[in-house]
Parts: sequence; C-alpha cells; structure tokens
Amino acid sequence: MEELANLFHGFAVALQPYNIMLMIIGITLGVIIGVLPGLGGANGVAILLPLTFSMPPTSAIIMLSCIYWGALFGGAITSILFNIPGEPWSVATTFDGYPMAQQGKPGEALTAAFTSSFVGALFAVIMITLVAPLVAGFALRFGPAEKFAVYFLAFCSFVGLSKEPPFKTIAAMMMGFALAAVGLDSITGQLRLTFGVTELLNGFDFLIAVIGLFGIGEILLTMEEGLAFRGGNASINLRVVLQTWRELPTYWMTSLRSCLIGCWMGVTPAGATPASFMSYGIAKRLARRGNNFGKGEIEGVIAPETAAHAAGTSALLPMLSLGVPGSPTAAVLLGGLLIWGLQPGPMLFVEQKEFVWGLIASMYLGNLAGLIVVLTCVPLFAAILRVPFGIIAPLILVLCAIGAYSVHNSTFDVMLMLVFGVLGYLLKKCNYPLAPLVLAIVLGDKAEEAFRQSLLGSQGSLGVFFSNGLVSTIMALGLVALFWSAIQEGYSRLRMSMA
Amino acid sequence: MTERSGSESGPAHKTMEIGMALLIGAFGLVVIFGSLKAGINWGAEGPRAGFFPFYVGAAIVGASAINLWHARRDDDGRLFAEWGQLRQVMSVVVPTAIYVGSMPFIGLYIASMVFIAWFMRWLGGYRWLTVIAVAVGMPVVTYLVFERWFLVPLPKGPFEEWLGL
Repeated sequence: MEELANLFHGFAVALQPYNIMLMIIGITLGVIIGVLPGLGGANGVAILLPLTFSMPPTSAIIMLSCIYWGALFGGAITSILFNIPGEPWSVATTFDGYPMAQQGKPGEALTAAFTSSFVGALFAVIMITLVAPLVAGFALRFGPAEKFAVYFLAFCSFVGLSKEPPFKTIAAMMMGFALAAVGLDSITGQLRLTFGVTELLNGFDFLIAVIGLFGIGEILLTMEEGLAFRGGNASINLRVVLQTWRELPTYWMTSLRSCLIGCWMGVTPAGATPASFMSYGIAKRLARRGNNFGKGEIEGVIAPETAAHAAGTSALLPMLSLGVPGSPTAAVLLGGLLIWGLQPGPMLFVEQKEFVWGLIASMYLGNLAGLIVVLTCVPLFAAILRVPFGIIAPLILVLCAIGAYSVHNSTFDVMLMLVFGVLGYLLKKCNYPLAPLVLAIVLGDKAEEAFRQSLLGSQGSLGVFFSNGLVSTIMALGLVALFWSAIQEGYSRLRMSMA
Repeated sequence: MTERSGSESGPAHKTMEIGMALLIGAFGLVVIFGSLKAGINWGAEGPRAGFFPFYVGAAIVGASAINLWHARRDDDGRLFAEWGQLRQVMSVVVPTAIYVGSMPFIGLYIASMVFIAWFMRWLGGYRWLTVIAVAVGMPVVTYLVFERWFLVPLPKGPFEEWLGL
C-alpha cells in the first residue's frame, strides 16, 4: 500500500498549477510535432530538451513526457485526414482511418483513434504503476553481470523483432556502440578513437544524432517526394463523439488484445511501430468483419492506435525501473534524466520517489489532458497542416540547428547534425533501422562498463554471464531473441518437411 | 534499368546498398584501427580502453560483409531514387551545409534569415512579402523564446554585437 500513498503524493505534485500548465503546453507542442513531417516524438523532445535545463527535474520530465503523448496523439490526425502518417507508428492507422474519412466519417475515425489511444495508454500506465516498483525492487539486487545481461537482452530483441534484415540491424546497432565509445574512456580515463580531433574528446552526443537522424533525415525524405501537399477538412462535434463512444465498447475484445500486444512490444524494445502493425494484422485475422479491413472499418482504427499508444507508454517501464529505454523517445527522456543529474535505474524508486511518482501520476493526467485537447482542437491542428511544406521545412531545419547547438553551445555539433542527417537519409533508404543505432549511442557506455566490470570480477572468463540462474536466464532469453528469425525459419522448414 | 517504364533514371538501389555496406565496413575498420591504438589486451586495470570497441568494430566489419554479400546477390532492378528526386534532396542539403558552415562567423540569426528566405523564395516560390515576414519573424520569435524567456544563449555574429544584443 506504500505505492498507493506514493502515487497520491505524485498526483499532488503533478496537480500543481505550474506543472498543469507545462502539461498543457507539452501536449499542444507534442500534437504539433506529431502533425508536422520531420518533427517526430524523439526529435521534438531532443530539440526542446535544452529548454528544460533550468527547470526542476520533475516539471521538466512532465513537460517532455507530455510532448511525447501529444506526438502519439498527433500522428493519428494526419493519417486519418490526409493519408499521411505523421509518425511511423500511425502508418497502420491510415489503412482504415483514411477510407473512413473519405466516406464522410472523419469525426468517427478521429474519435475512435483518440479514445483508443487513451485506453491503450491508460492500460499501460496502470501496468507501470503496478509492475515498475516490483521490477525496480528486483533489479536492485543486480550486479554488473546481470546489468549487462539486461542490455544484451534489449539489444538482441531488436535483432530478432525488427522487420529489417538482422545483419543490417546489427550493423546499425554496432555503429551506435562504436560512436558511444569515442572520446574519454570512463574506466581508464584514456582517450580513444578521437584520432587527434579535439572536438571528439567528449564523444558523440546522442541528442545530436537523434536530431540529425530523425529530424534532418526525415526532411530529406520528404523533399524527395516534392513539395506537393493536399489539404482536407476536419470537423468533429460532440454528437459524433458521443455516438462513437457508445459504439466503442462493442470492440472491447480488440481493445484488450491490442493493449496486451502494445504493452509487450513496448517493454521489449520493439517499439510502437511494429506493435501497431502486429495488432492490426491480428485484428484483421480475428475480427468478424475482417474482410472489410482496409475499406474503412472502425475496428481497423482501434487496433493499431490502442497498441501504438500502449507500446509508446509502456516503453517507459524499463526506462524507469532498469535504465533501459524501450524506444528512441524514451532514450531521449533517459538522456534528460542524466543531464538533470538523476541516475536512471532501480535506485530512482528509492532515492527520487517524488520524481518517479510525479512522472507516473502525470502520465494519467497527461493522457486525459491530451484526449481533451485533441478532441477539442482538431480543426486547429488540421489548419497547421495546411501551412505549405515550403514554409514549414526551413523553419524545422532552423529549429533542428538551434536544438543541436544548445545541447553543448557548440557550432561543431550543428555541422555534426547535418552529417547525421545525410547518414540518416541514406540508412533509411537502404533499410537500416535507426532506433537501435540511437539506443546503442545512449546505452553504449553503460553496457561497456557493465561488461568490463563483470569481466574484471571473473578475471576475464565469459562464464560470469552464466554463473547463476538469474543471469543465465536473461542471457538465454537474449540468445533466443537474437536468433529468433533463424528459429522461426527452421521451425517452418521443419513443418514443411513434416507435411 | 531497361525494365523500368518511367522515363526518369537514377542510381540503382543495388549500387547504393553496396556502397552503404562498404562505407559502414570501412567505418568498422577505422574503429578496429583506433581500438588497436588504444590497446585491446588486458592491462593492470583490467581490459584496456580498446578492448570493447575492438569487438564492436569486428562485428561491424562482419555484419557489413554479410550485407555486402546480400546486396550483390539480390538485384530487383529498383532505383534508389530518380535523379530529379536526388536533385530535390541536394537542393536542401547544399544550402543547409552553407547555412551550418556560416553559423560560426555570422551567428545563427542572420544565417537563419538568409536561409529561410532563400528556401521560401527559390524552392517555395513565395511572394517577397511573405518571405520577408517569415524570414525576419522566425529569428525574432526565436530570440524572445530562447534568449529572453528560457535564457539559452545562441550563437551571435558581428551584426548582433553592433545592435548590442
């Protein structure tokens, strides 16, 4: 029951007028970020992170996480009204959302999307409230070997679960680790991989990489398509909202299933995008009207939106309790914790109770505020979308430059951002995943530290990673995840030969 | 690219895939080289600084070799992008590079004004009035939000100094 008291204390923190104001600002900014091309959740949070350096950490994380919720909500607006997914995780929403809008039911589609997002997020937050303290308590007993095993599992899940070819995932991830290693070695204090360039003394900052890879890269991809942009109309009124709400409970089975898929995919760092696709695919197979999917079925909006939001939210569970972020945006938030002087990981629950529970409480309130903001302001956000890309693009590029500069007040970083941008464009075009690259830059130092400390303890024997039941189990799970696609292929071949 | 129906041509996807695999592989070699310089064996303090990056570099080279092999084997005749599309992309990359490169000398504000104006006028084809309104308005808003409200300093050049900001 101590958790409940903590949670109520958290609500008291989150309900302070200043924090509520930040919450609304965050949600609004987040929706705008989610609506505009080239400004995703991860990139948007990264650009705005420097603005929070002077705030108290709890207020800062409330605002930044609300930007994240806003971006999750915002992606749906463009998918449904314009058939343009503002975020990768809302691609699956276009399949049925856009046809619904075409049939003159944009209000129903938007209401269903927003409400499902809210339901998914709420489910995930409740899960975080119940599970996170337990995981954190458990993780307090972890030594370096167990810590490394958790990182190992996280990165192996990327290889096994992402839809990109496994060796491309490995290549991208290892580039991230290599970039993280550049600069001062935290254990020996020795310089490495700098090749005499003084700007590289402190290594590569992942915020620069995020702004470049996701922000600039996305703009370049959009430029390829040209500047053409079709507008659409959006109207949403109370009658439509209420009518849709009456209809939604009939799809409770789809919602529940999507929540579970979302939470699972969010905790393992697969992220919101595969979760939304998977949920859509399963709903299509199991729904009674599955054959109508793709022609404007409301269930086809509910499934991906619920799962995406549940995944996006539950990605914060491993970040808070283990210090391993479940998505690039969670990684940026984790970077924020480090900058504000907080050590992410299980000790947060012991030492920074107010921070952790304030954040969890703000997840409940932020998502509720988000639902209200998006339901009432859809026409406004749709109007922003009609500002032509020829005006938006240079403004976003300038914003990215400002964000990159203000991380360390260095113009070298701004140039680095452009290099990362071009790299991101090429990698994306060649089907290399960007999320593992970013996560590896964030976690590289910590993973290496855990690895080297484990080896120090064992005098260099790799046996330390299989020395007790706990660490062996985590490592074994990691290996299964790593070879998951090979295992699947082997299994289907076996079945083929049996048949 | 004979099987393509469109009149536009461009670099083949396969070529870019191979180039990318080689580029990443070369990066891996640099990492290995740097790690060797830092020392990859055990020292008095345990594994030395290059120990971990060495294996990371090796993994990059290994994965790139496999990606290279895949890229050479599969050829679906796809284009990476049409030349026209690449020209669009370069028309953003080159001015952005100039923008970023000029920032240390003339500051962020003037560079942003020129960059926004250039982008809107030449790529967007807007009227000068609109162009000037946005190009001047955005840096001013930026100044107020970042420097005044949130106290985040941004790079300034001689012009701002002359204005005494």
